Amino acid sequence: MSKDDSLGESLRKQGISRRAFMKFCAATASVLALPPGMATVMAAALSRARRPSVIYLSYQECTGCGESLTRSFSPTLESLIFNAMSLDYYETLQAAAGTAAEAARKTAMKENWGKYLLVVDGAVPVGNDGVYCTIAGESAVDILTEAAKGAAAVVSVGTCAAFGGIPHANPNPTGAVAVSQIVRDKPVVNVSGCPPVPEVITGVLAHYLTFGSIPELDHLGRPKVFFGETIHDRCYRRPFYDQGKFAKTFDDEGARNGWCLYELGCKGPVTYNACATVKWNQGTSYPIESGHGCLGCSEPDFWDKGSFYQALSTGTWSGATVLGVAAVAGAAIGVGAAVVSRRRQAHLDNEKQPKEKQP
Amino acid sequence: MNLLDFARGPALEWSFAIFLFGVLWRLLGILLLRRVHDYSEPRAHRAALGALQAIVRRTWPRKEFRARTTYGLAISYVFHVGLAIVVFGFVPHILLIRSLLGVSWPGLPGAVIYFSAVVTLAALVMALIRRLTHPVLKLLSNFDDYFSWAVTIAPLVTGLLAVAHYGGRYENLLAVHILSVELLFIWFPFGKLMHAVLFVLARGQTGVVYGRRGAST
Ligand code: HEM
Ligand code: SF4
Ligand code: SF4
Repeated sequence: MSKDDSLGESLRKQGISRRAFMKFCAATASVLALPPGMATVMAAALSRARRPSVIYLSYQECTGCGESLTRSFSPTLESLIFNAMSLDYYETLQAAAGTAAEAARKTAMKENWGKYLLVVDGAVPVGNDGVYCTIAGESAVDILTEAAKGAAAVVSVGTCAAFGGIPHANPNPTGAVAVSQIVRDKPVVNVSGCPPVPEVITGVLAHYLTFGSIPELDHLGRPKVFFGETIHDRCYRRPFYDQGKFAKTFDDEGARNGWCLYELGCKGPVTYNACATVKWNQGTSYPIESGHGCLGCSEPDFWDKGSFYQALSTGTWSGATVLGVAAVAGAAIGVGAAVVSRRRQAHLDNEKQPKEKQP
Repeated sequence: MNLLDFARGPALEWSFAIFLFGVLWRLLGILLLRRVHDYSEPRAHRAALGALQAIVRRTWPRKEFRARTTYGLAISYVFHVGLAIVVFGFVPHILLIRSLLGVSWPGLPGAVIYFSAVVTLAALVMALIRRLTHPVLKLLSNFDDYFSWAVTIAPLVTGLLAVAHYGGRYENLLAVHILSVELLFIWFPFGKLMHAVLFVLARGQTGVVYGRRGAST
């Protein structure tokens, strides 16, 4: 199968039936919330499309995003790799190692300059000239800068690449930043989540492959189809929130009855992600269905917003100092004001006294 | 730090600090004043009882004034009770109080809160109209009255908008709601909203004087 084959040709050569292909398109269209008719359009576009080169770079990350990606079910990563794209570099999945791997990346970049899709997971450390993350002697920030120059678009997979994630959390010793802080002159799609829902990753890739463009984004650079609604908007426990029925601990009666997890720290009301609709593990469930509140993992700085187990409405406090100082200062000024008034009262009394004595 | 982080973090902390500072200042400043000595012969020795009676009894209008005050009083009752239901009955609010003071109580269903909020809103608007049209009240009102009204109604409006997801993204609506509450906290000790604390002292003092004179409170 040559890279220059159109997708249609390569599928025919592989003996993949048109029926199977249409199924793939329908699944992708439904994940992307496209109208049903779009599956045909997508099929037409995809069969004409040339399989684009995809270069996948990993920096300060835990490979959780890659683990998530490989568990995608519609479209599966396999179907994407084998049918729709040419994954030319991905440390987690590639067989090549060392010099051979780096050479593969350089070749793919040269051959597809200006056209390849760059996928990145992990944050990029820029502290101390980027020494905290190097591959084959080159710093992450240098590799990314170079690779982004020849990319058609960049997809930041996971909260670390999208917003800095854990590496960026206080006190951020490595100076970790989001990919969009470094790549400023190319379209960057932020597929956030820790990890992102697998179908959201493959859905964005499929969208690019089908339409040759990136989907519509929200103000944080996330595709609106997946990040347009909060978890709370679509949560099946929402009726309990509205009725004021809340679980107080993880194993009380409320928890067993499936009541709302707001009191246990659920951040669903301010978290935009597709968990409640696309769900995880082939649509089996999502964290709140397993009894745990949303951590807000698809939002920037979710590590630095106070405890995961504190209710959203409790606020974050720096400690008791500010309040303590304010109370003492208020009391001191109050006492001071009273003392001044007492003096003045006494003074006025002294002035009044002799007059009152006169008949 | 986005707007919500600011509202839930430093702004919340500082508005509470200013609230605490101001309330202690004004309360101690008043409580530690020298009592003016009353040289008259006391007719009755029921100062404490008088104070208590005044605090409680003045919650209800006297027969003589009823005709003139009932409308205004009814409005006040509605929005004070309504505010109490919203502020102390809504679970997110209770959780904030619990995190600060460690005390909590069961919350009310959302529908009750939303209903009270709308009724309270209407009562506050009626109170403003009355203030603007009443021949005497109009003349007695100053900036403090209008501003205190505005900071009281603001959290109701922003809270309802947040719940309805109307006018922006939820996190921003929520941030604006919290900021409006913070404005209320900051203004509270320095304007007429302080009556929520001072009414006890004012009525008590009147009760003491009347009690000593054997007058009806
Ligand atoms: C004078 C009236 C009100 C006061 C003083 C007040 C006060 C507060 C405070 C202090 C918070 C917690 C802020 C934080 O997160 O730290 C809060 C949260 C909230 N309030 Fe109010 N509020 C008022 C009215 C309302 C009304 C009328 C509604 C709607 C019916 C409302 C809905 C909410 C909601 C939905 C939250 C946050 C829930 C969440 O965290 O998702 N509030 N309010
Ligand atoms: S569990 Fe979380 S997302 Fe679901 S209704 Fe409750 S607060 Fe909202
Ligand atoms: S429920 Fe919340 S924390 Fe959990 S994966 Fe979804 S967005 Fe992330």
